[in-house]
Amino acid sequence: MSKTFKIGGIHPNDSKLTAGKEIIWLEQPQKVQMMLYQQIGAPSICIVKVGDKLKKGQLIAEDGSFVSACQHAPISGTVTKIEKIRNTQGWYGEAVTIEADPDRGDDFMEASNPRTQDQVDALSIKEIIDIVDSHGVVGLGGATFPTRVKLLPPEGSKPEVVIINGVECEPYLTCDDALMRRYPNEIVKGVELLMKVVNVRKGVIAIEDNKPEAIKVMRKAVEGRDDIKVVSLKKKYPQGGEKQLIAAVLGKEVKSGALPVSTGAVVNNVATVYTIFEAVYNDRPLIERVVTVTGPSLTNPGNFLVTLGTPIRTLIEAAGGLPEDTGKVIAGGPMMGKAVVNIDAPTTKGLSGILVLPESESHRKKELPCIRCANCVNVCPMGLEPYLISLLAKKHNWEDCEKGYVMNCIECGSCSYICSSHRPLLDYIKLGKQTVAGIIRERNNQK
Amino acid sequence: MNIVFITIVVITIIGIFAAVVLYFVAKRFHVYEDPKIGEIESCLPGANCGGCGRSGCHDFAVACANAKTLDDLACPVGGQETMSKISEIVGLSAKALSPQVAIIRCNGTCENRPHTSNYEGVGSCAIEGALYEGETDCIYGCLGGGDCVATCPYDAMSMNEETGLPIVDYSKCVGCGKCVQACPRHIPELVKRHEVMVYVACGNRDKGPLATKVCSVSCIGCGKCVRVCQHGAVKVTDFLARIDRDVCTACGECIVACPRHSILCKQKIED
Amino acid sequence: MSNKLTISVAPHIHTTNSVEKCMWNVVIAMLPVLGISIYVFGMSALWVTLISVASCILTEWLIEKYLFHRNCTIGNGSAIITGMLLAFNLPNILPWWMIVIGAVVAIGVGKMSFGGLGCNIWNPALVGRVFLLLSFPAAMTTWDAGVASGVDATTGASIDASSGATLLATLKSHSHQMDTSQIDWLSVWIGDMNGSLGEVGSIAILIGLAYLLITRVITWHIPVSVIASAAIFSWMLGCNPLLEVLSGGLLLGAVFMATDYVTSPMTKKGQLIYGAMIGIITILIRCYGSYPEGVSFAILLMNGFTPLINKYIKPRRFGERRGK
Repeated sequence: MSKTFKIGGIHPNDSKLTAGKEIIWLEQPQKVQMMLYQQIGAPSICIVKVGDKLKKGQLIAEDGSFVSACQHAPISGTVTKIEKIRNTQGWYGEAVTIEADPDRGDDFMEASNPRTQDQVDALSIKEIIDIVDSHGVVGLGGATFPTRVKLLPPEGSKPEVVIINGVECEPYLTCDDALMRRYPNEIVKGVELLMKVVNVRKGVIAIEDNKPEAIKVMRKAVEGRDDIKVVSLKKKYPQGGEKQLIAAVLGKEVKSGALPVSTGAVVNNVATVYTIFEAVYNDRPLIERVVTVTGPSLTNPGNFLVTLGTPIRTLIEAAGGLPEDTGKVIAGGPMMGKAVVNIDAPTTKGLSGILVLPESESHRKKELPCIRCANCVNVCPMGLEPYLISLLAKKHNWEDCEKGYVMNCIECGSCSYICSSHRPLLDYIKLGKQTVAGIIRERNNQK
Repeated sequence: MNIVFITIVVITIIGIFAAVVLYFVAKRFHVYEDPKIGEIESCLPGANCGGCGRSGCHDFAVACANAKTLDDLACPVGGQETMSKISEIVGLSAKALSPQVAIIRCNGTCENRPHTSNYEGVGSCAIEGALYEGETDCIYGCLGGGDCVATCPYDAMSMNEETGLPIVDYSKCVGCGKCVQACPRHIPELVKRHEVMVYVACGNRDKGPLATKVCSVSCIGCGKCVRVCQHGAVKVTDFLARIDRDVCTACGECIVACPRHSILCKQKIED
Repeated sequence: MSNKLTISVAPHIHTTNSVEKCMWNVVIAMLPVLGISIYVFGMSALWVTLISVASCILTEWLIEKYLFHRNCTIGNGSAIITGMLLAFNLPNILPWWMIVIGAVVAIGVGKMSFGGLGCNIWNPALVGRVFLLLSFPAAMTTWDAGVASGVDATTGASIDASSGATLLATLKSHSHQMDTSQIDWLSVWIGDMNGSLGEVGSIAILIGLAYLLITRVITWHIPVSVIASAAIFSWMLGCNPLLEVLSGGLLLGAVFMATDYVTSPMTKKGQLIYGAMIGIITILIRCYGSYPEGVSFAILLMNGFTPLINKYIKPRRFGERRGK
């Protein structure tokens, strides 16, 4: 029997239009724009200036603080502009524009030196972490949390197991599925590295049972090993959430306010693990990633290996062009992804998918009064009462919002999804969470 | 007759007993409150708007009664009149106050500032502003969600359906500043109440080309207003003109000179 | 691309479930009950139901249009449910004007006075029913065989039921200590006995329950806890649990009225407490109260307690240990 987490959860329609499609390499563009702020934490600090000639993979920005990441040139070429551009949400952010230079060729920077298995085995833990750091690896599941920080568990915590998140519970997205089918052995080697760094003996690769092919391929890759195993999980959203995944795999629940590592688990996404492998074995920094470009009316949806900094418009064009009836473009999956306002924004490290929805599916239904059907309470994976929190937030009652554990909300959207009255529950809950976070910060500052 | 008599006696006894109980309870649980607090509270507007920075009128009254000086305490709604009454009660001198009103520093009507996307969801600037730049490309301009209108305790604001911008009713606005706090982009601003108020109806701090692109009445920081002003009341910082209202005489030179028509004047309408 | 992109907060997909769907599913689930009542009482049952539904819809429409000045919401089917439930709680020979009064009270006082759908504290149908029971006690407890007390059956009821007393009234007169060999169990199941329209056909109610559970309109918590607690409590008091469960409106209440979304608690734990209390109060009223039936009162009482249950019975939070 497949495992899953216990509290709440929903079963949205899978809609994996691109399941079974192989990864297609998208030709790198003539011009890329690298945003300096594409991870959680502090923005990276630019170290190049206009006119600099760059080689592919060359460092262009250093990490700004402990929680930050490096950036590298995705193509060889010349820095033509360093200016503020609009990101997918329309906000301005500093970005480095690099234009391809025919003279520079398209080979990697000279310093690139792939390592053999023996060389990798000889690396110390610190050296591996340094490689991960200097190659700009961040969590590719969507949160873009710098991986280095995750590899250095806080004092006193005792990791026991590394969990690899291959769940991909968002409908439509298939990029992790495609990656696992294509590079199973590389991913296993990445898991080995992770286990070595956090010093544990056990690795678990968790995959939802709607990806039987990936489970088969990954099982084959770990055949005969007793340290790494592949676990098939019963399909349920939001199983890909860190806390839900730990609950599903280990049966342990992260206490409110505690770090996930308190349960002994260190969770990393498969795409991140693959990037760690690339960084350590092939000395390739994070300059490309797999992006699922999909949508009901796209003619050629697929999983593309995309050079970072490529405009989103180019990605959509590769998938058959923006359909005439487009009503909404979403960066990420339909449950947690953000609606895009500027489709000329560049691809960033955290972009797992582009979902193009037709006009007919882009609109919310009419809001009706709450009939207290309790569906939101039943599906909340954190055991909260979304109907209550959203009402409290609407009334600006921040105190009771906090008492209702609004800060535990993982913003998975299950409540808004299930609401039979089509109420914008998550809109208000997000507002509540944001305001309460501010109040808590202020309170801590006063102390 | 007998029944009537017994009833009267019983009820009298119960009444006396209850009175005794009440007396002792009242003694036992008596809370002393400075009589000044009640007096001060009776002078206050009682709208609990929080414009003074306290959580309500009672809180403000307590603060006034306990204060050593009234310098930091001011009721923007009651203004000078209220504060002088309070100063009489507590025996301290109050600072001179000038009445204020809110102005809306954005003139990005649907015509001036084209919509580039369609926001769908809760009509709240706080939610919309946290999600993305807003329905127009201007990241400084009014979001049109009406958080200021919803928060105004004096019913002084309303949404103009045609322009999508809030309007302040100067006969009702008391300058409590709630709208300034409610607006995620701080577009309303409190200014001294004058007969005629000249102000820059824009908050765009981007360079000229960017500002021009998003809105046809955006301030581009060209500095023409600075040059025509004979009183030196206008300054440009971050590509945005600001008018110093202590110096401004409302002569209107800058309104005429502004090539972008982003300086407006509001006349106080007496009813 | 011709139109502007739409931006909204995630999630961007939505379940196909809706209020209308839920409501119409409940209506479908009630059809077998209506069917069996027509079979038992003849066309008069259909007339009572139609009058009740029509006056509920009309009341809601009038109030929305002329008092609230807002868009009409009768399309969501909740007024139909209220009307049907009210009818199920009435005897088939009730004069039409009493039904109309019941419907006006149910919708007007029970629902719209609180603000309409989703705002009411008490189950509207039960408010209407209890109002009628208190106002016209004779008419409300007069069944086919006993057309009396100046009450005339306007609907031309076919008089084929054997006695004027319901099973519960008979039970009551025997102080709930009846010799079960006197009871014709088959007619208890298929409803060939006296009573309100909806309370006679136990088998039809169970079909409705199965339909509601399969379509996931309700969960098992409330019906099961009501029935189980009533059975256990009546057994403890020395009554026949099966007879207590099958007689009167207990099943109807447990399946269709206690489960009303708006007036029942939000959490599973709360629903179990709510259901158990309904069962206990019902049996208490039946055994010790002056009314033969107590389901309506029990449900209304617990409806009143629902906000309190919601306040104190919280779901198990993620990361919280069980039993802590």
